Amino acid sequence: MKKHLVTAALFTVFSVIALGIVYPLVMTGISMLVFPAQANGSLVTANGKVVGSRIIGQQWTKPQYFHGRLSAAGKGYDPTSTGGTNLAPTSKKLIDATKAAVVALKKENPDARGPVPMDLVTSSASGIDPDISVEAAYYQVPRIAKARGLSSAAVYTLVDHHVQGRTLGFLGEPRVNVLELNLSLDAARS
Amino acid sequence: MPALSWINLLAVLGVLLLLTKPLGGYIERVFGGQRTLLSPLLEPVERVVYRLCRVSSAEMSWSGYALGALAVGAASVSALYVILRVQQWLPLNPQHFTNLAPDVAFNTAISFATTTNWQVYSGENALSYLSQMAGIVPQMFVASAVGLALGIAFIRALARSESGTLGNFWVDLIRGMLYLMLPLSVIGTLLYASQGVPQNFHAYADVLNAEGFKQAITGGPMASETIIELLGGNGGGFVGANAASPNENPTALCNFLELLTMLLIPAALTNTFGRMVKDVRQGWLLFAAMAVLLVGGAVVGQIAESHGNPAIAALGVHGPNWEGKEARFGPDSAGLSVAVATATGNGAANATYDSLMPLADLVALANMQTSEVIFGGVGSGLYGMLIYAILTVFIAGLMVGRTPEYLGKKIARREVQFAMLAVLAFALAVLVPAAIASVSRDGRAVLGNGGPHGFSEIVYAFTSTAANNGSAMAGLGSNLFYNLMTAGAMFVGRFAVAIATMALAGSLAAQSKSVRLSRGTFRTDTVMFGALLLGVVVIVGALTFLPADLLGPIVEQAINARH
Repeated sequence: MKKHLVTAALFTVFSVIALGIVYPLVMTGISMLVFPAQANGSLVTANGKVVGSRIIGQQWTKPQYFHGRLSAAGKGYDPTSTGGTNLAPTSKKLIDATKAAVVALKKENPDARGPVPMDLVTSSASGIDPDISVEAAYYQVPRIAKARGLSSAAVYTLVDHHVQGRTLGFLGEPRVNVLELNLSLDAARS
Repeated sequence: MPALSWINLLAVLGVLLLLTKPLGGYIERVFGGQRTLLSPLLEPVERVVYRLCRVSSAEMSWSGYALGALAVGAASVSALYVILRVQQWLPLNPQHFTNLAPDVAFNTAISFATTTNWQVYSGENALSYLSQMAGIVPQMFVASAVGLALGIAFIRALARSESGTLGNFWVDLIRGMLYLMLPLSVIGTLLYASQGVPQNFHAYADVLNAEGFKQAITGGPMASETIIELLGGNGGGFVGANAASPNENPTALCNFLELLTMLLIPAALTNTFGRMVKDVRQGWLLFAAMAVLLVGGAVVGQIAESHGNPAIAALGVHGPNWEGKEARFGPDSAGLSVAVATATGNGAANATYDSLMPLADLVALANMQTSEVIFGGVGSGLYGMLIYAILTVFIAGLMVGRTPEYLGKKIARREVQFAMLAVLAFALAVLVPAAIASVSRDGRAVLGNGGPHGFSEIVYAFTSTAANNGSAMAGLGSNLFYNLMTAGAMFVGRFAVAIATMALAGSLAAQSKSVRLSRGTFRTDTVMFGALLLGVVVIVGALTFLPADLLGPIVEQAINARH
């Protein structure tokens, strides 16, 4: 047993150095060379300033911007405290929160057409979901067109331009990146 | 279940099937000590490691082999515990995180030394970059390579005749790590990074969006950790939301790759097994049995999730269960992801399990309650399934009055005793602490939900930790009681089961292998045997855990369906 313990201790020192220091540093070096934008966090800039990350959702509340999913991460969309509501499907809290979300959504979007998009009245798993479904984007178009004095058709076109389809035709769901869509709204204005 | 969900499921299984044979053959060569494609590069490294760690090449008995696994477990726990307890004084801590509390550090150290990766902290607000890369990552490599070595040793026991030894633990551990885990991790890191998983050492970037909303953009060496998290059946996320976080799983393609990563080695090992016992059909039979169970769980989960929550539908909002799902993956494929992650010993959830429909939670529980043999953990999934195969020939032998034999080894009293010891150690590690938690104040103090769902949270916690899965119905909070009790469940679930398994291996290896198939031999490469094996897996799991599951997800389903 003593021989085993000596080998175990030496092996642990080796693995901490080789796999804990050398491996991550080498992988960081290669990733930075080959995929610099992604390795650095897919940061998005506007007017020369970093305004967010393509892969991390943000809180939007003003009527002239597209809104994202409900978020249970910290006080909302906090990447340093990620997670979902963890409420059970039978939870009264969940039912009440969903009911309130439906009322709020309808009030914000009085001219919206079609059924309430489910993803706009439920919380994401990460709390920093960067996307919404295409239906959820369409649902908000009348509100945004009105707030910005644009034609609905122009805003629909903008949404369609940002739809990301299923990868290879079957992976994932069609979706719209909220930050990118909102940045293009601002760009269209100026 | 939507048509696309079927295509998703078939695509994952199809690609897995294509990779199983070549990787299975490669693993056989690695552990047979043969030359491989990577030998010119890695052989010099291997020799240096043997010298540095004072490894001799002598073969070991089952007890020597098991002691090696225990010794490395003890060293892993110590190393990780120390790093977590002093991280605030070490470099690479741009967010200035403080040291972890003793019980949290202890729980975490046991957790990562057993491939469980139960996490009572959230990495993004508790662990320094150094703790992640030099604390967590090496233990993910080591713990999974230990499981792999134990699995290989068990196969040797079935392949060898009248042998007192099972191989050299240290040689197997080091070769598995160098020739298999490391090269696959290098490839995987780059694949994940290409999809957008960060790999940097930046302090969190404070940004302001057009509305004036402030946010800290998280960073860190995430890709290099996420790959070994998934490849090794570990499952502990760099961030709290784990594989649901767009940091760790940014695209639909990345999600597909991550599901494959989780299944890859456990599936390939069925082929390695077939090759090593010189009967590849035996390997494919295990693959088929595992695939049937995986598909069954995935389909039930998909149907439950696509059907949606009747309590929400009653509000006039119709659709699948979107609560706790990410828009890029959608709710329809959640059943598949849940089934894969819980079947393969991976805690890497891409949805919020606490918010799943009760039947999907039941699938997650059942996958773990079979003691992680549906592909399962790396190595441990295979030896777990082989134990079920041994029980199956024993039960079949009793029914027809033949001497039970598996691959030419007689399954007698001693073998069945050790096999049952492994099965019972796991069951006790789940049910005893779950019972204590249900009736103690500390156990009920941190429940996230009430009623049957709260009970599910308790059962889930101990099932997940004893099965070394690590996923959670995360509404359950943590306290000293859970940190100690789950640490115990993880330890027993890993090491008590491993020791019983190695004792069984020793007993099998010592037997002479009868090569003659007589007409009285019960064949173990037929559909009939496959069906019996499935029956035994399901019945042992069901008889042991059905009462607990009945009080949790099944009652909740009945309540939920009333809407």
